[in-house]
Amino acid sequence: MSWNTFATVAETVKALDAKQISAVELATHYLDRADALQPTLNAYITLDRELTLAEANAADAKRALGAAAPLLGVPIAHKDIYLIDGWRTTCGSKMLENFVAPYTSTVVKNMADAGMVTLGKLNMDEFAMGSSNETSYFGTVKNPWDVSRVPGGSSGGSAAAVAAGLAPASTGTDTGGSIRQPAMFCNLTGLKPTYGVCSRYGIIAFASSLDQAGPFAQTAEDCALLLGAMAGFDPHDATSLDRPKEDYTRDLAKPLAGLRIGLPKEFFGDGVGAGIAKAVEEALTVYRKLGATTVEISLPNVKYSVPAYYVVAPAEASSNLSRFDGARYGHRASQYDDLLDMYKRSRAEGFGAEVKRRILIGTYVLSHGYYDAYYLQAGKLRRLIAEDFKRAYEVCDVVMGPTAPETAFQFGSKTDDPVKMYLNDIFTICANLTGQPALSHPCGTDEHGQHVGMQIIGNYLDEARMLNVAHQFQLATDWHKRHPSI
Amino acid sequence: MSLSTQDIERIAHLARIRVTPADVTDVQSKLDGIFKLIDEMQAVDTKGVEPMSHGLDMVLRLRDDAVTEINEREKFQKNAPQAEAGYFLVPKVIE
Repeated sequence: MSWNTFATVAETVKALDAKQISAVELATHYLDRADALQPTLNAYITLDRELTLAEANAADAKRALGAAAPLLGVPIAHKDIYLIDGWRTTCGSKMLENFVAPYTSTVVKNMADAGMVTLGKLNMDEFAMGSSNETSYFGTVKNPWDVSRVPGGSSGGSAAAVAAGLAPASTGTDTGGSIRQPAMFCNLTGLKPTYGVCSRYGIIAFASSLDQAGPFAQTAEDCALLLGAMAGFDPHDATSLDRPKEDYTRDLAKPLAGLRIGLPKEFFGDGVGAGIAKAVEEALTVYRKLGATTVEISLPNVKYSVPAYYVVAPAEASSNLSRFDGARYGHRASQYDDLLDMYKRSRAEGFGAEVKRRILIGTYVLSHGYYDAYYLQAGKLRRLIAEDFKRAYEVCDVVMGPTAPETAFQFGSKTDDPVKMYLNDIFTICANLTGQPALSHPCGTDEHGQHVGMQIIGNYLDEARMLNVAHQFQLATDWHKRHPSI
Repeated sequence: MSLSTQDIERIAHLARIRVTPADVTDVQSKLDGIFKLIDEMQAVDTKGVEPMSHGLDMVLRLRDDAVTEINEREKFQKNAPQAEAGYFLVPKVIE
C-alpha cells in the first residue's frame, strides 16, 4: 500500500488501529526510504532489517492477539547513544565502532513496552559533543532541507531522519541544546524534559548532571505521546525522579487565554539574526491573538551560561570518559610499549579532536588547585541562573525566545573555531544548567529560507503546559506541516 | 589565562591521552580560546552562593543492600579487545 511518509505518530496509531497498515508494512516502508536516502543524508549509523522486522512481526502478532499497547507497531529510530541489547552502539565514535550493547537502556525499553519498533541507530556528534554533527566518526549528516547545510547537533541524525520522513519520530539527548537546536534547523518539534523525568540508564554518559533524553517529532502532540512512553521512575538511575506517570496529552486542548509569556531581554539582543528576530516576533503576534500576554523579563546571569557550561560539561565528561581504557571494551591501539602507553595511544586513536579537547579541559579544571576557581564557581553560577528563572516565574508562566541565534549554517563554517561553535548554544544551555524543561517548535523561516525555532522554557515539571502551548500554536499555523522535497 | 606547553603535556598525561609534539601547539591555541570564554565567569561575585548540582535539589536515594544483578561475564567480555578464561588481558605490569 502507499503510505504518507510524513504521517504523524498520532496518524500512524490511527492507521494501525484501523488495520489500514501493519507494523511490518510500516517498518518496511521506512527502512526502504532510509536505505534510499542514506547516501544523500547519512542519517543512520546502523540499520539492521532483520532485527527491525523481527520486532515489527512481534508487534503485529501482539495486535492479532488483541494486545493493547498505546504505540503498538509505531516505528521509531534511536540516537546511537542509547544502548539496545544486540545492536551495535557507537556513540558516533571510532572508540565504539565495534561495540555491541549487552543490555537495553530504560528509555528504549519503555518505548518498546509501549509497542514501538526500533528502525535503527541514528548518526550523531561524537559522544554528543558538537552542534553540527560534524564531529561524527561516521561522517556528517546532511540537512534534508539543504544538503550544503548542517542539520544541527549533537542529535543531527535524529532531526534529519524525521524531517526527511525516514522515521515518524526519533529519540535524542540534550546536554546543552542537542535536541532543540537540531529541531530548529530541521523544522521539527523537539523536547528536553525536566532533568530526571527520563532515565539516563543505558544512555552513554556525557555530562551526567546535564544529560536528558527527549523526543523529536513533527508536532507537539506527537512529543506528548512519545514523552508519555519514555518517561518514568527508574531505580537504575540515581537521579531519576520518583513520581507517578503523567499523561502529557491531558492539557493539549486547553485554550491559551490568560497565558503569560516572559520575554527575556537577553534573548532578543544584537547577536540574533535579523530573520530570526522577525520570525519570532511574528510568532509572538500569533500567541497574542490566541489570548496570551507577553511581559519583558530579565535573566541577568544567563550570559554566564556558556562559560559555566564549558566547565561543568567537560569536567563531567572527562570523568565519564575515563572508562574508555582500551582494556574492557572499545578501541585498543595495535602497538604500545606498556600499560600506560596502551591507555594513551588507545584514547588518542579512539577519540576525535573535539572529544579530546573537552577531556583535556575537564581534566584541567578538576586538577589539584583549580577546583574552586572553576567547577565550584560554575556550580554557584548555576544557582544564580536558576534564581533568575525563579524570579521570572513570579510574573510569567513560560519563557520564550529564539532557539538559536543563527539558522542552519554551511558545513565547515565553524569547525576551525570551537568557541564560535559553542556560542550557537547560547540560548539553550541555561535550561540544562538549571534542569528545567524546554522545547523548540517551528515558527518561520529567515531570509535564506532556513528554519527558525521558538524555544519555550518552562518551570520544573511543566511539560504538559509547554506542550499545550506549542500544540495550540500548531493548530493556528502550518510551519510544522512543511516538508523538504527530498 | 594562557596555558603553557608544559601545562598541555601535564593534563594530557593526567587524562591518559597521547598528544604528539606536532599537536601541542594546535591543542594549546584552541584550549586558550576556550579558557578565554570560560574565564568570563570569574567576573561574577559568588560569595555566599550555595553551588547547585541538581535543579530540584534532590537527595540521593538509598537502596537495600541486596544482589539484584545476574552474572553476565561472558556476554560483557564479548566486547573486550582481549579476554581469556574470564579475564581481561592487559600488558604485563609486574615484573
